[in-house]
Amino acid sequence: MSRVLIVADHDGAQLGSGTTRCVSAAAKLGAAEINVVVLASPAAAIAASAAQIGGVAKVLTVERAENAHPLAAVLAPQVAKLAAGYDYVLAPSNTFGKDVLPRVAALLGVGQVSDLMSVEGPRTFKRPTYAGNAIITVESPADVKLVATIRTASFAAAPAGGTAPIEAASTDAVLPTHTRFVSIAAAKSDRPELQSAARVVSGGRALASAENFKLIFALADRIGAGVGASRAAVDAGFVPSDMQVGQTGKIIAPELYVAIGISGAIQHLTGIKDARTIVAINKDPEAPIFEVADVGLVGDLFKIVPELTALLGG
Amino acid sequence: MKILVGIKRVVDYNVRVRVKPDGSGVALDGVKMSINPFDEIALEEALRIRERGQASEVLAVAIGPDDVQTQLRSALAMGADRAILVKCDTAMEPQDVARVLLAIIRQEGIGLAILGKQAIDDDAGQTGQMLAALWDRPQATFASKVEIKDNVAVVIREVDAGLETLEIDLPAVITSDLRLNEPRYIKLPDIMKAKKKPLAVTDPATLGVSAAAQLRVLKTEAPAQRSRGILVKDVPELVAELRKRGVVS
Repeated sequence: MSRVLIVADHDGAQLGSGTTRCVSAAAKLGAAEINVVVLASPAAAIAASAAQIGGVAKVLTVERAENAHPLAAVLAPQVAKLAAGYDYVLAPSNTFGKDVLPRVAALLGVGQVSDLMSVEGPRTFKRPTYAGNAIITVESPADVKLVATIRTASFAAAPAGGTAPIEAASTDAVLPTHTRFVSIAAAKSDRPELQSAARVVSGGRALASAENFKLIFALADRIGAGVGASRAAVDAGFVPSDMQVGQTGKIIAPELYVAIGISGAIQHLTGIKDARTIVAINKDPEAPIFEVADVGLVGDLFKIVPELTALLGG
Repeated sequence: MKILVGIKRVVDYNVRVRVKPDGSGVALDGVKMSINPFDEIALEEALRIRERGQASEVLAVAIGPDDVQTQLRSALAMGADRAILVKCDTAMEPQDVARVLLAIIRQEGIGLAILGKQAIDDDAGQTGQMLAALWDRPQATFASKVEIKDNVAVVIREVDAGLETLEIDLPAVITSDLRLNEPRYIKLPDIMKAKKKPLAVTDPATLGVSAAAQLRVLKTEAPAQRSRGILVKDVPELVAELRKRGVVS
């Protein structure tokens, strides 16, 4: 029976939302044992969260000062050592996993399956190519350790309620000093995190200014939604890059996605196609977003959005 | 310092890709091919570093069949000093690409490798990180700003939480994100000049690399399509519809 090691994503303080979805993917692999490794400093709080994910057999912590910030060059040699005895090494396909895991794969001398979106068999998987326009089924050799990043939008969060034991682990990996964390500029927000939010409201170029984005924020706050944006809105400087939804931004799968003033470039649609219900509000009836929207409303967003916010209140 | 830039020939960004009915891949006959957009951004960044006097030479490297010379000539027209084509008629996996690039890096004494963060065909997003691992050097992926200071690069990275700043010792690998820069347009005189620039042809075996694919593609299919839904005429109707579907209270 197979053993799976999941590299926990975190920001140095809290467990990210990708790890629990990797646990769901691991369960689909028919894993006999699913372990999560937390490389952090301090690691206790992150490990405690990971231990509560249902299906996790054990949480390993590697707590050392070098792991305070997730640096691929520092984490990868440790993960490569810890991978001994495992058949699968997984991490979420967010900027954490995308950075670290290929480096792990290269150190192990194996290939990687990126953005694994479905498990067809123990060594057969589907993954998207060409911005999601061509889905390929790939098979990896049975006798080789499989390294894969998990497309988090394709897997539900694993149930909570786990009580996995937490064990300290260590490796003899030699850690480089050639890569140094300087700082992170992160927007502090009380809104739900984009990648795990049940509802997301996004704005596009038609918002026309950073100031006008307050319409989007007001609607989002009224329904408890996270806020996203199209690449055009980010490129125009209306909102920061961490809000970008789409192929090169965040791939999301909320219950409700409301696209406002977004035309629906193929790269944007790639990021939202797993949403349960897509609502589009756009003044152009020919906008491609309407081809995928479950519910569409053609009109002026500057009239529609305040009215919608008001009607959804109370 | 010499900078290496990876150039991949891919289906043009504006082409709507179609999957072949027999599931054997995507239709490539007669389709416009271009430099992977992220690689263009990588090349632009290398050129800017050279233009600031912080690099002596920009070397463009591509792997693929003879046709890829077209994209290497475009890279030379943009401003690369030299190009190398590593001839290979079958698709190479990222790890083998990384091994080929590393062989050239060692041969040429490269101080900085800038690659695209992903290619828009296979969307793997692995080569830069794998190269950095095999080279045992720093990596700064998803770069949106690069500043070179002596033997160090200060790189701002676009990560999920925001913008992260790293300091990395050179030599190193940087992968470009969308907002790193806006690549320049190629002017006609540059195309003429590019014809005279050196373009060397080698192959993986000469570089000591024997490529071995690990993953087998069994089938290619079009994604499940979402179907067009309904249009509502006004906001009250929209709210009623959303309540009916149970997505808002």
